[in-house]
Amino acid sequence: MAATEKSPVTGAGPFNGILTWVDQRFPLVSLWKDHLSEYYAPKNFNFWYYFGSLAMLVLVIQIVSGIFLTMNYKPDAREAFASVEYIMRDVPAGWLIRYIHSTGASMFFIVVYLHMVRGLLYGSYRRPRELLWIFGMLIYLSLMAEAFFGYLLPWGQMSYWGAQVIINLFGTVPFIGEALAVWIRGDYNISDVTLNRFFALHVIALPLVLLGLVAAHIMALHEVGSNNPDGVEIKKHVDPVSRRPLDGIPFHPYYTVKDLMGVAVFLIVFSAILFFSPEMNGYFLEANNFIPANPLKTPTHIAPVWYFTPYYAMLRAVPPLFSSQFPGVAVMGAAVLIFFALPWLDRGRVKSIRYRGPRWKVAFALFVVSFLFLGYLGVEDTTVLGQFGKGLPVVGGDYVALWVARVLTIVYFLFFALMPWYTANDKEKPEPERVTW
Amino acid sequence: MKTILACLLLAPVLAWGESEGLTLDRAPIDLHDKASLQRGAQIFVNHCLNCHGAESMRYSRLTDLDLTEQQIRANLLFTSDKIGATMDPTLDPKIAKVAFGVVPPDLSVIARSRSADWLYTYLRSFYRDPASKTGWNNLAFPNVAMPNVLWEQQGEQALEVTERMDEHTGDRIETRRLVPGRPGALSPVEYDRYVRDLVNYLVYMSEPAQTSRRQWGVLVLFFLAGFFVLTLLLKKEYWKDVR
Repeated sequence: MAATEKSPVTGAGPFNGILTWVDQRFPLVSLWKDHLSEYYAPKNFNFWYYFGSLAMLVLVIQIVSGIFLTMNYKPDAREAFASVEYIMRDVPAGWLIRYIHSTGASMFFIVVYLHMVRGLLYGSYRRPRELLWIFGMLIYLSLMAEAFFGYLLPWGQMSYWGAQVIINLFGTVPFIGEALAVWIRGDYNISDVTLNRFFALHVIALPLVLLGLVAAHIMALHEVGSNNPDGVEIKKHVDPVSRRPLDGIPFHPYYTVKDLMGVAVFLIVFSAILFFSPEMNGYFLEANNFIPANPLKTPTHIAPVWYFTPYYAMLRAVPPLFSSQFPGVAVMGAAVLIFFALPWLDRGRVKSIRYRGPRWKVAFALFVVSFLFLGYLGVEDTTVLGQFGKGLPVVGGDYVALWVARVLTIVYFLFFALMPWYTANDKEKPEPERVTW
Repeated sequence: MKTILACLLLAPVLAWGESEGLTLDRAPIDLHDKASLQRGAQIFVNHCLNCHGAESMRYSRLTDLDLTEQQIRANLLFTSDKIGATMDPTLDPKIAKVAFGVVPPDLSVIARSRSADWLYTYLRSFYRDPASKTGWNNLAFPNVAMPNVLWEQQGEQALEVTERMDEHTGDRIETRRLVPGRPGALSPVEYDRYVRDLVNYLVYMSEPAQTSRRQWGVLVLFFLAGFFVLTLLLKKEYWKDVR
């Protein structure tokens, strides 16, 4: 037995003994080294590289605040709405916990969207990081499901009717649609049964899936190593003796202290919203959701929360076919799923936008603009911008926003569909051998 | 202060835009004005709490407004004898349904679903309408089931509809505005103040913790600013040796 024992831990002062005891029974030191103190990250990370660790922070914030909410929330159609107000008023610091969770939901999406933009900017999805990207996309999908299930729980009008709209989307699937919608709801209408199962999915199923995927995401990252703003592989230039990348620095302490600074800035923004404007003008908490759910009274304007609105705008933009809304639903689904194909659509020889050619830059700019503008259109009524369409043929008046959304949807998809061509022979600049610093 | 005064002076005549729906008057809310909130609580308990409830709100919470439990018991506690009770309506919802056709909504978070400006405008927009069941109608909420409960204070208003032709398009443009009729116990300016106190209270009641939330926010941001400086210095110190 003694022959296989690892050497004792040193450098931890009075804790050497206990750490040695643990390390001989658990891969403590090797985990620490592999993922922190000897995980070499490129030294040229910029602003965009804060959002991965921030996404993990928000996940922890959501789980912890969620645990405390669960202690007082009642997943019961008759009591849910009142129990949220009970948390806001009668539970000590309940308002704080609730606002942390509601603000955290939106902040999660902000951070994840910025994290995804980073991936696009610097080609972080390219070989050998395809699987890392796919895990990331699965996290994004799970996060959307988690947000959707959670949004029903306050049992306000928007909770109810938002869920109604989304579940009805599944109802448009040919042949099995209606049965599928009933299966999701567990009832012919959204009811107490639906609330109970959404609660189960929101507090147990999806958090477990998310945690597992985050673990896989990080393991894949540490297997292939981090990309960087130059898009060059730091593993190509290693110290001949130590084998460590010349442009790499240990994640701990360099990036732990740097990310800690990012955490401080993030918490300032988070707290400014949480304490001074938790409703964010109706974008984070909608006014209609302070009216208890009423199955008999449809609100005049149903809009999903801001993080779903680009896809919602696409859904509305696609005209029905044979009086079925399914084409719109299919387009909306495709808009999310097409991200999975990204690593195989991009044929550029360089990864980073710094060395990309003009075609890719234009395509990327159009894509970002279309996504943001679709997001705006999804928040508004379909009649928005009507004043710009006065007197125009076809798109005139009330339809102008609809046609803008249609054009933007096409732009969105062309960014992906034409990528194999416009990236293949773009005028790219030569990549540097080493990272620029 | 000047804007509040301007609001109060402009308020008696409420004119709406053409087809754009109604323009809301800005409610001069001030949650630090405890006297206003106390008056608002009294108006709420006397005039609203008969048909409406505020079932998320406890009487005991009114100590937030610098009231003692004794004062609450003596002046505000009508629907229960327990200070910890919630503000339930006096009127049985079933009877209310028969009387009004709808159950009057709970007002606990009404200021969050409707907004202070909407409430402020709504409560000042009732007019006499012989065609309606209650004899009242409302510009901000057409055909509302609720009569003007505060008519003794406000007096009566009448609707004046004028039509004109748009010179360019030939469309008929309708302008609807309210004109004062029989006066009430309060002058128009006093009534605006009265409604303001009530709306102020409704805003407070929609989130009783909001004042302390903002106070905590200031503290937290100061703490985080300090934390940021520390992390910045720490980062700079460590990164000195990255070449």
